[in-house]
Amino acid sequence: MLQIAPVVVLATFVVFGLMHLVPGDPAVTLAGDYATAQRIEEIRHAYGFDRPLLVQYWSWLSGALQFDLGKSLQSSELVSSMIAHRFPNTLIVVVMALLLSMAIGVPFGILAATRSGGRLDAAITSISSLGVALPNFWLALILVATLSLGMGLFPATGSVSVSKSWFEAMHHATLPAIALAAGGIAEVTRQLRSALVEVLSSQFVRTLHAKGLSPLAILWKHGLKNVSVNLLTVLGLLVNRMLGATVVIEAVFAIPGMGSLVVHGAVAKDFPVVQGVVLTMVILVVVTNLLVDLLYTMLDPRVGRE
Amino acid sequence: MSSTHSQSAGWGQKVIGVARWLRRDLRACLSLGFLLFLVGVAVFATVIAPHSPTAQNVNNMLLPPSGAHWLGTDDLGRDVLSRLIHGAPATLYASFLAVSIACLIGIPVGLIAGFVGGWLDDAISRVVDTLLSFPAIVLAIGVTGALGIGLTNGMISVGIVFAPQLARLVRAQTLIVKQELYVDAARCFGASTARIIIQHIVPNAIQPVIVQVTLLLAASLLAEASLSFLGLGVQPPQPSWGAMLARAYNYLEIAPEQMYAPGFAILLTALSFNALGESLRVALDPTMKHR
Repeated sequence: MLQIAPVVVLATFVVFGLMHLVPGDPAVTLAGDYATAQRIEEIRHAYGFDRPLLVQYWSWLSGALQFDLGKSLQSSELVSSMIAHRFPNTLIVVVMALLLSMAIGVPFGILAATRSGGRLDAAITSISSLGVALPNFWLALILVATLSLGMGLFPATGSVSVSKSWFEAMHHATLPAIALAAGGIAEVTRQLRSALVEVLSSQFVRTLHAKGLSPLAILWKHGLKNVSVNLLTVLGLLVNRMLGATVVIEAVFAIPGMGSLVVHGAVAKDFPVVQGVVLTMVILVVVTNLLVDLLYTMLDPRVGRE
Repeated sequence: MSSTHSQSAGWGQKVIGVARWLRRDLRACLSLGFLLFLVGVAVFATVIAPHSPTAQNVNNMLLPPSGAHWLGTDDLGRDVLSRLIHGAPATLYASFLAVSIACLIGIPVGLIAGFVGGWLDDAISRVVDTLLSFPAIVLAIGVTGALGIGLTNGMISVGIVFAPQLARLVRAQTLIVKQELYVDAARCFGASTARIIIQHIVPNAIQPVIVQVTLLLAASLLAEASLSFLGLGVQPPQPSWGAMLARAYNYLEIAPEQMYAPGFAILLTALSFNALGESLRVALDPTMKHR
């Protein structure tokens, strides 16, 4: 718990600092190409660029702590309400992708590990290396071209709120989730395979074999129990990676989510929006990491004692 | 030519070692071959490409593959094969730029954190932890938005975002190597800190870094493709594989075959970098030899 406090504080520094990476005078950049000197002065004052940096940071942070992330420069909408509107669309895709990664990656990882060195293992390993290198937005394009435009099985674009219709929401999120999950499935398979191979080839498993325990019991009781910590680590990493990858996937499927928000914000130099989205995502990742750490102590009693 | 006998012998042995490794490892051989081929294509792009990558022809829009246009033409009548060939230098430039920046920042920072230790190490490690908590591509998009849109700025951002990964790895390696006896011995003989780092720490800590750098090249390639696909990287009319996919996306309904060539190019290149990295990991790891 104490570990994450400095990380959160530093993260807010990074997010705040994003706007100050702008080369030259941020007020001039924000005012646009044909701004008058008066307009530039107005913007400088409105953003507080004329105040010391730490004062600016403090006022931004105290706003952020009360969920006030400022207003969009383009639409003057509240950034917090823009994020609140779009977040569920991103969440459903990421959660579905995580579930898919686990539901497909875990059985394949077990299959490959229990037949380590065999033909099935070689096939699964090759396919998972392909999955890691596959550009997920290209897979998204292929899925749209074949399954939705070609066969009409899934809608090609947009998203539907869960509150309207569970089925429609899932139906719209399926293809984006598959595209997002490809890398995740590959990662879960690879990590689970290598961890499980190590456990299954260790001394104590040989002893269990020798005393006559069935292979299935060894796998369940000893193999999977020991690799659950590795699985948890991968899951934590996947949350981080998928929140990033969803940006491109949302562009392909025209999903009004966090990703499209941050891209439009970056193109239009709408910094409050960019800062708001980046801050939300990093907090999500930090909270996930904290949960993963807490689960470690539950799964592996040695961790808590140190 | 003018190198001393011992140096040339060292080089000769290295070349023989690499040749032996490539003969044993088909995967490394194939991926290295493909990457060298790609570098050749990038260097001689203007010579090889059958057409200009930017010459438009409204009479030839979205043509299927033919004798004149092996991979067909795009929505502005431009030859897809030529654009693919001319996209290679942009792609390689982008990957190497991002990884160079990541190395320039990450390696010295990791060395300092690992070697100096103490409060400096604590501070650097916290910053590294923080930066690794950001989804990489999202942070890169934010930095690109601030620096200004374009391929070079985009890849500088990706390099900055990848630097903490290298810093963490180099720090961990340095912590291991600096406890070795030969480092103590060097210090006893009065070697300066700089000499210890350059002569002893770096050569012994570098192997996992080489592997990671190869894997980062693949990650940078995918990041470039993503940024260009989103319109934050390469700007038209300059060709890039990601930007070609973005154009193909607009014509998905009438010409879905447009997306296959650039997609395969990205996939094969990323696959080669990853495969080379995995092979290097096995080849450089003494505990995994003779398996």
